[in-house]
Amino acid sequence: MMMNRARSFAVATGVFALALVGGAAAWAQARTDLVIGMSLEPPHLDPTAGAAAAIKEVTYANLFESLVRVDSSGALVPGLAEGWTVADDGKTYRFTLRPNAKFHDGAPGDAAAVKFSLDRARGAESVNGQKGYFASIASVETPDPRSVVVTLSRPDGLFLFHMAAGDAAIVSPTSAATNKQKPIGTGPFTFDRWAAGDRVVLTRNPEYDGPKPALERVSFRFISDAAAQIASLKAGDVDAFVQFNAFEALPEFRNDPKFAVTVGTTEGETLLSTNNARKPFDDVRVRRAMAHAIDRKTLIDGVLYGNGVPIGSHFPPHRAGYVDLTGLYPYDPAKAKALLAEAGYPNGFDATLRLPPPPYARRGGELVAALLAEVGIRLTIEPMEWASWLDKVFKGKDYDLTMIAHTEPLDIDVYARDSYYFNYRSAAFVRLEEELNRTQDPAARNALYGQQQRLLADDAVNGFLFMLPAVTVQNAKISGLWVNRPIQANDVTGVTWK
Amino acid sequence: MLAFALRRSLTLALTAWLATIVVFAVLELVPGDPALLMLGVNAQADTLAALRAQMGLDHPPVERYLRWVGGLLRGDLGVSLTYARPVADLVAERLVVTLPLALLSLALSTAAAIPLGLLAVARRGRGGDWAVLGFAQIGVALPSFWIAILLILVFSVTLGWFPAGGFPGWEAGALPALRALTLPALALAIPEAAILARVTRTAILDTLGEDHIRTARAKGVSRTAVLLRHALPNALLPVATVLGLQLSFLVAGAVVVENVFTLPGLGRLLYQAIGQRDLIVVQGVVVLLAVFVVLVNALVDIACAAADPRPKAAS
Repeated sequence: MMMNRARSFAVATGVFALALVGGAAAWAQARTDLVIGMSLEPPHLDPTAGAAAAIKEVTYANLFESLVRVDSSGALVPGLAEGWTVADDGKTYRFTLRPNAKFHDGAPGDAAAVKFSLDRARGAESVNGQKGYFASIASVETPDPRSVVVTLSRPDGLFLFHMAAGDAAIVSPTSAATNKQKPIGTGPFTFDRWAAGDRVVLTRNPEYDGPKPALERVSFRFISDAAAQIASLKAGDVDAFVQFNAFEALPEFRNDPKFAVTVGTTEGETLLSTNNARKPFDDVRVRRAMAHAIDRKTLIDGVLYGNGVPIGSHFPPHRAGYVDLTGLYPYDPAKAKALLAEAGYPNGFDATLRLPPPPYARRGGELVAALLAEVGIRLTIEPMEWASWLDKVFKGKDYDLTMIAHTEPLDIDVYARDSYYFNYRSAAFVRLEEELNRTQDPAARNALYGQQQRLLADDAVNGFLFMLPAVTVQNAKISGLWVNRPIQANDVTGVTWK
Repeated sequence: MLAFALRRSLTLALTAWLATIVVFAVLELVPGDPALLMLGVNAQADTLAALRAQMGLDHPPVERYLRWVGGLLRGDLGVSLTYARPVADLVAERLVVTLPLALLSLALSTAAAIPLGLLAVARRGRGGDWAVLGFAQIGVALPSFWIAILLILVFSVTLGWFPAGGFPGWEAGALPALRALTLPALALAIPEAAILARVTRTAILDTLGEDHIRTARAKGVSRTAVLLRHALPNALLPVATVLGLQLSFLVAGAVVVENVFTLPGLGRLLYQAIGQRDLIVVQGVVVLLAVFVVLVNALVDIACAAADPRPKAAS
């Protein structure tokens, strides 16, 4: 009797499970859809009102367009503006817009919308995460519906580059207020729905005035847990996972012909950020000693399973203007100890290493602590969540050492900021930055970038560790996904299925 | 009975009020600025100030607390700082995932635990009993998230029967939605069933020692009938009490399991809101959960009181 009950329960459970499984094989064929996995969910979908990379990684070039656009190689190509001219003084930019650009709600993608967007981003009420990008604008004029003339108060060598950022997306005065939940841009995809906590779905924009993408439907799914990321790929729930950081699983995916793994470049200089105002780190000998004590190869092998490129200063090796300074402080623990002794720390010292949540920081922090311990620098590791890290370390500058990737493109200028959390002050660096801002000629600019890199490396401002790789694990039949990440984006307009 | 219910309501109101104070104070003290989180490392002082004003964070804490509690009393949970949507909408949207998940795992755990408890008693001291006790011991020790990963590996990755995570939404149909909830519900139900099976076993054994059971046996009722008709109904009272208590743990477990399965439930909303320092959402969800837990406990007490006349007579 008892056993009969147990058995019938087991049978009932089995039937229930089978019934659920039955509905599995429903959608298999139609491959004009794509499911992209991302680690973090965007807080909202307005790129002009938030710094979270995830916002741009959904919207850039797909939903919203900026005047200029960054392509997969990092080059500046036409966006909403089909062309532009720069006056000789470097202060007047004239943009010509595409003739038939329209927002998804039918509003015109014209000069008035551009003027509205730029004025909104630089205005008093602006909540743009990169308001500084618009600081050099003196005025925006619209001589006709297809022309925008931007006059700068000073030459700004990075102006076009900044106008290509997601933060400079062109929005419509009719929908700007509601873009957070219902984003409306001029791009080749329209917003379909956002199942909060799970996915954002975009569909192809039939009204788009440019070349139409091959995909009809793109879903961005948000999966933060590393084990779940791996499972979602293997189960076929996602077709590609971008910024994949469970590096230990890569050999498995590389060996499986169903998958393709690409390792590209990002703009993420990963640093052992150092509080230059705090003892003993205010002594350049101590900072140089640390540089000699850190073996980048050990770090890259341990943290990225070999998938990274070492750096010797704050500049990505794939950009023009890069100077290789990785040989300046070769790994040499004996030399490090000697420098520490010279600085008055023959027995080393104690310090704290505050680590934000990303895996590269948590894992890298452990290795850095082990490497520094060998020369007598004893670190106490303090893991922190983002909110606390931003508040205490970044804003409060209350830290000795921390580990973080600086992912903004061409952000070497942060060393010229007085109030930045490195507490680095160098009149020489500021002079170079001012000269850069006055210089338009690419060769001259690159020379100045080179001088900046040398100065930072010479001062050993931070521990310059490695570039964060852009790892994508994807279904082998997909082509057209970006390999490199010159800007925060998942531009799917060129993606096709084989 | 009326006085009992009244006393309970008073406790409920008091608990809810205390919860608002505690959660508000804790969120004020924890480091982290929602505006800075939103605008990131290149934010300028003026944009941060503009966003703080937009979020209503430029007012003193006491004023913000009073405004929030005032809203709660009018049934208004406020507007999320990150999502820019009413908290009530967000919660409603997430409840359609978390509530079915909790109920499904409750149903699964009960459906497994009571037969297992009965089986253990019927086979007392023999193999079946040891197997159930072993399951109970292991099931209690295994954390839900670990079970979750194991289930994903077996049933999604290897067998491909269930999705590895995510939720298609109820609009995609009941079957796909239930499929998405099955593994998470199992991950929650297994530790739950382990506890319940033990409780059921002990409760039945306790009742078996009582006089009316001996009388029934003496009257010639079969062992099985005694177990099912006499012992089990009387053992259900302690089981129901534990079940009520477990419901609170289920909600806590849901936070973890929803994250492993990336289910857009209340737990994940809370987890993300804490990370984003979305104070309004965290406050609202925590107070709702506190009220829910107190309410469930009160309901269990009332149900027990109704089923058993003794505590009423005593009070």
